[in-house]
Order: sequence, then C-alpha cells, then structure tokens
Amino acid sequence: MDEMIEKLKAEIIEQLNLVDINKDDIQADTPLFGTGLGLDSIDSIELSVLLERKYGVKITNSQEGKKVFQSLRTMAEFIMENQKK
Amino acid sequence: MSKNIYVTGIGIISAIGKNAEETLMSLRNKKSGIGKLHHIKTRHQQNLSVGEVPQTDEELKELCKAFADVIYTRTSLLGMVAVAEAIKSAAIVDVQEYKTGIVSATSVGGMGIAENFFSRYLDVNDNGDFLKNINTIDCSDSTERIADYLGIKDFLSTISTACSSSANSIMYGARLLQHGIVDRVVVGGTDSLSRFTINGFHSLKILDQQPCKPFDLNRNGLNLGEGAGFLVLETEKSLNGKNVLCKLSGYGNSNDAYHQTASSPDGAGAFLAMENAFRRSGLKAEDISYINAHGTGTEVNDLSEGLALERIFNKKLPPVSSTKSFTGHTLAAAGGIEAVLSILSIQNNIIYPNLNFKNQMPELGFSPAVNLDAYYNVKHVLSNSFGFGGNTSSLIFSKVN
Amino acid sequence: MKAFIRGTGIISPQHTFVTTEFLKEIVISDTNFLKCIEPSYKDYLDPVMARRMGRIVKMGIAAATEALKNAKIKMPDAIITGTALGCLGDTEKFLSAIIADDEQFLTPTSFIQSIQNTVSAQIALQLKCMNHNFTFVHKGFSFESALLDALMMLGENDAENILVGGLDEMTEKNLLIYSRLNNWKKENIRSNELFTQKTEGTIAGEGAAFFVLSKNPSSNDYAKLCGIKTIYNPSTPKEINIHIDTLLKENSLSTDDISLILYGMNGDTATDNFYSQIKSQFLPNTPSGSFKHLCGEYQTSGGFAMWMAAMMLKNQMAPAVVMHSSLPVILPIKSVLIYNNYENNHSLMLAEKV
Repeated sequence: MDEMIEKLKAEIIEQLNLVDINKDDIQADTPLFGTGLGLDSIDSIELSVLLERKYGVKITNSQEGKKVFQSLRTMAEFIMENQKK
Repeated sequence: MSKNIYVTGIGIISAIGKNAEETLMSLRNKKSGIGKLHHIKTRHQQNLSVGEVPQTDEELKELCKAFADVIYTRTSLLGMVAVAEAIKSAAIVDVQEYKTGIVSATSVGGMGIAENFFSRYLDVNDNGDFLKNINTIDCSDSTERIADYLGIKDFLSTISTACSSSANSIMYGARLLQHGIVDRVVVGGTDSLSRFTINGFHSLKILDQQPCKPFDLNRNGLNLGEGAGFLVLETEKSLNGKNVLCKLSGYGNSNDAYHQTASSPDGAGAFLAMENAFRRSGLKAEDISYINAHGTGTEVNDLSEGLALERIFNKKLPPVSSTKSFTGHTLAAAGGIEAVLSILSIQNNIIYPNLNFKNQMPELGFSPAVNLDAYYNVKHVLSNSFGFGGNTSSLIFSKVN
Repeated sequence: MKAFIRGTGIISPQHTFVTTEFLKEIVISDTNFLKCIEPSYKDYLDPVMARRMGRIVKMGIAAATEALKNAKIKMPDAIITGTALGCLGDTEKFLSAIIADDEQFLTPTSFIQSIQNTVSAQIALQLKCMNHNFTFVHKGFSFESALLDALMMLGENDAENILVGGLDEMTEKNLLIYSRLNNWKKENIRSNELFTQKTEGTIAGEGAAFFVLSKNPSSNDYAKLCGIKTIYNPSTPKEINIHIDTLLKENSLSTDDISLILYGMNGDTATDNFYSQIKSQFLPNTPSGSFKHLCGEYQTSGGFAMWMAAMMLKNQMAPAVVMHSSLPVILPIKSVLIYNNYENNHSLMLAEKV
C-alpha cells in the first residue's frame, strides 16, 4: 500500500504539473480537493484519465470520483480493489 | 446608444437548414437537426449526437459558387453561404457603395484541415500541394476568404472568445458603426465540427451522447454543432428607405472571472452581461417578450444561467428556450446563429420550443417553453451567449414599427 | 478618438521588461529567431493556476501586470487582447496527443488552455475583473483591432482605463511549419544584419506588449495615441498614402509635422519594396526607422512598435539602433507614425507627445 501511495504521489505530481509543491506536503491522507492541495474539477478529470490509463480502472460517475479522490490512500485503495476484478 | 443600429439582412446555415427559410420551417415543425456524425472520422463517432450541416464541402462550394482556385476550409464555406444570404437579404447590390466591413468570429478556424495534415507539415521530407493548406490554419483565414468572395475590403477583423464570439462580433460591429469607422458591417461567426473540438469537449466529459436536454433536471451535457450566422448592420446613413428587419437595441459583455471553463454558481457574469444590455437599450426586464438562452444542456451552464435569469427578471420570466436543442452548440457561431433566430422570432412573432424537456430543475422556479407559439407578439428578444474563459455576452433585438 | 498611454509592460527579445533603459544593450540572434527574454514568473502568477499555464499565458499575465503597475491602476475597466495564433503551445500539445494516442486518454487541460481567449480570461481571473473582455484573432490586425476597441470604448464614456495587449508566441513546431512556406531566410543571419542581407525571407520573432490606455491625462503618461487605421490587401503604395493623409488630416497634421516614421519592413526583399516606395514617393523627408531587427516578424509586432514610439516620445530620444541614418531626427520629437504590415494586413498608428 505504501509503495502504491508513493508511486501515485509521483504520478499525480507529474500529471497535474505540481512542480512547486513540496513532496512532503502531500501525505497519504492529505485532502486533495477543497482544502489541502486545493485541486479542482479539471484536476479530477485528469486524475480519472490517469487511473484509466495507468491502472485500467474506471470512475463511473462524479459521486464515485469525489469518494475516490479524497486522498492518495483512498485512490490507492480504489485501484487495489478494482484491479483485482 | 446615439445612432440607431438596424439589422437589414440575415444569413444562416446550420443542422436545421441552409438558409433562413429552411431554418424557420424546421423550427415550426419542431424538427431538430441533432443526429449522428457523418463527415468526420473519429473514434467517438458512435457515441456522439451532433448538429452537423448535412452538406459536404463540395456541396457547400456549389451552393455559394465559391472560386475554383482557392483553398476553402469548411469554416470558410459555411461562412460564405451565410454571408451571401445576409448580403442578398440586405438588398446590397454594390458592396463598394458604402464603406463596408466584416467582423467575423470562429474558434475552430482552419483546424478541420490542419488536424489531418499536422504530422505531414512537420515532416520535411513530405512535400506537395497540401503545404498550401498551412495558410488556412489561423482564425483570420475564413474572414478573409469571405471578404474576398464578397468584395468587402474596408474593414476586417475576427474575434474569438469561445462560445460568446459571434455575439461579441455583433457588438464590435455596432461600435464601429457608432464611431463611423464603417457605414455598414457584416457581423457574426462561423465554426465547423472538427476532431480537435470533438476530442476537447469529450475530454471535459460534458457531451451528451443523446440529444441534449437544456434546462432539464436530467440534462447530461451538450451536443456539438456547426454552422454560421451573420447579420448586416446599418445606420440611417445607408438605409435609403430600405426595409429594416429589426433594431439592435442593446448589448453587454462581461467576464465571470470565476473559473476557466465552469460558470460561477450564481451566474454573476451572466447577470452583468444582461444588465449591461438592458442599460444600453433603455429597456426593462418586463419589456422582453422572449429569451433565447445560451442553454447548452450542461449541468453547470443551465443552473448558472437559470439563476442569473431569475435574478435579473425578478423571477417573472417571459418565455425562454434554448434552440441548441435544434442546432446543437455551434460554438463561436452560436451568438450569430441565435441572433438570426432571435430576429426571425421578431419578424414572425414566433416563440421556439425547448426540445427534450421533461422535468424542471429543482433549483429554478421556471421551466422553458415546450410548445411552439406561432402567434406571440414578439417585441424585444434577449439572446445570451456564454463562453469558456468566463466570457458572457447578451444582445437585445427589438421590433421596429 | 484619442487615448493616453499611461502604462506599459513589454516582454520581447530585447531588454524591455521592467527597465528604465531604452534599447541600450541590444540582443542579437544568429538563429533566424529572436526569442523573448522571459522574467521569473514567481512574482506574477498564482502558483496553483500557473501549473496549467502555457508559456504565452504566463508572458501575457506578467506583461499585463507590469502595465497596470506602471500605470498605477489596480482594476482596468476592460481587458482587450489581440493574438493571431493564440495559445499555440497548448494547441500543438492537444493536437499531438490526439494523433499520438489515437483519441484515447486525452486530458482536458491543454484543450482548455488552447482556447484563443485564455490570456484575456486568465488576466480577468487573476484580477477578478468582471468588465468587458474581448480577444481579437485576425493575423496582423489582432493588436490593432484591440486598440480600436479600446479607443471606441474610451470615447463612449464606457471606461476610464483599459488594459490592451498584443501577443504571439513562436514554437519549435511552428518555426518548422512556417519554414515550409519559405517564410524564413534560407541561411542563418545575424538579426542586426536583417536589412543589409538583401535576400528573400525574414526572421521569426515573438512578444507580449501590454498597455494601459486612459481617457484622461496624468503625470504618468508616455504619449497620446491619436489614431489607428487598418488596411486590407492594398494593391499599391498610393493606397497606403491616402490612408496616411486621412490619418494626419484627422489630427490636423501634415507630413511635415511627423517627427519620425517607424516602418515594419522585415528584411524580405520580396515585400520590403512596398516600404521603400512609400518612403521615396510620399515621405522622402521624414526621418525613419525600423524595428523588426529587434523583435523579429510576427503578427502582433505592432505592440513592440507602439512601445518603441511611446518610449521615444516620453524620453525624447530616437536610439541609433532603430533609425536609418539618412535623415537625422530633429528634437523635440512631437509625433511618431508607425506603418506596419503582416502579409496582406497593413496598419498605421499615430502617437503624439503629451
């Protein structure tokens, strides 16, 4: 799980061009949207594409997206659950 | 506004007709132009509902009798068809008789060709006539092709502010008339479908695979469309007693300044644009007979626009409908196309239905008009066009007695 | 219709950004491309938003911010830009992704950022400016159309201070594409030798030039913008001269009243003779200069020229690197006429000393 989280961290930093963010500021449970990292609706689309492209897992609707993208940990959990299927 | 700005000609081509007469017939018959995509090959073909102009490029060339030795993009051809109709409908025989300009608008420009040749442009070992297409890429090309085709020389410009583009062309043209830069001006916009925009909107996940449902609780997104809509604007100076179709009595442009693509939750920019249009026209909300809404069918726009409409009309709205349920969202051409539809509404005393509407949005206290009303005394029409980048524009057209 | 040029913010291939010096140290290129000297954007951009921005958007915001600062205006009454090619970098990025991935897994950021009015929109977003916001995209008329919009609005009492800009970027891909049309010199030349080479083709350039135009005078003003004319596809130099005469008459001036004229010749022998004819036939006694050896050729180079005119009028100097040596400039510099073109889009601008 930790390994997946670290991998995801690097991937979202690249995908969302978060170049000026200190890596240590993004912890496993840091809120990605709203407060915390402050990502927006465009970022959530970017992250859905990332998940589909790299891990083959699909977000079916925006409600699901809100849950999955809460933090790196929830993203990692979603991937690990859905990749098995 | 000091000088009266008159509309003396209109021209239109879209999924519901290649001229004003056909367009009106489709609207009267509630015949939508939304359907499958035919002219462009894309991975998303089966999952799209679009407002495509049925004519091929060759057929469009035939229609407007384009020059044989010029490379025309589809954007140019659509524009030429519509502008030719507008000039004819304005009874302009000699374009050079008065100082005449054109202000067009486009977002696609020549991308329809460029996207098919991009890799070849970049391959220095690949030569051929196709390299001449490079000159058609940028947004000025369609304006200049239209201008050359009609002999318009005195003033040319092109605006691109996403989906409010051609509404802004109309405003800029009106300003040019007010300041005497030109005596009359052709204004509007043109956009063709392209893989670039299809993929762009698809990546934003705001396309409805089915025909769109503006202002409906269960709306799912927009349908892309293509076409062109142009007006001829004149002042007293060049009228010489000829028939005027209506007056452009007000206009306003503002910026939502909220987000790059999404409208603000309360529609602040939309409200300001409409407020500016009212201020300039001297009219009050209760004077408006019909609202031709931007109404794309997206979750965000329809809510934002709906709330702004309720605020400016103090919850007492006249009939409102989105004609995008007929034509699709024609992007930069939308303002021009919908201006023509607004003017046809005034001329024919007709209110268009908002197709595919079933359930009212819970956040709004109104529903759009679902029936065609062919006997409505249409005096003043408000037409809205809101684009990415928060660009919000409103036009008011008024009947002239 | 007139306006006061109250503030400027210019990013260009020369040292023009946030400096009191006026073309003191000249940058010369030998790659047929005069590339912009870009500032550090940290002071100008919101970092959360900057991560998405293409190069031209960053350039535009920085230049616009400086223009407002320079003019001591916090909130403009309108934001109007002209850009012929818009956000080229992001357009190429999205198009390349469509081709490379065959329309799969596309992400929206570069599509959104490719939209032509992104610069105007991002400036408005940063300032929370809800006022009039237009973007013109007509090749060599883009900047001039924007200026005209500003002049008209100021003349209507619709605004007091307007932010106007002209910007275009050059990318590696576009350099290549334009080379296929033989736009550039066949061999690499030094940019300062642009007008001595006497060959076909020109050199590429780019820039972002922003101004605050004001209705009323202030102690801050650089110059007064007195008129603009755009001329489409002129067939003879005489046609240009008729428009020059009209512009001067509208300002109660004659050709003798012009202190100097800046010509937009670009070193391409196939097209520069238009300028030589205007010069010899109609303005033989007017001191003249050029600017494309400093900024390169691009559709919105009028912005760079206008900045030069504004600086000349404010500082009362005509740098030797700009002027043709044939006729000396007589002080005081009272007026500067700019005659420029990009292909078949020709334009005139007139500025006067305040």
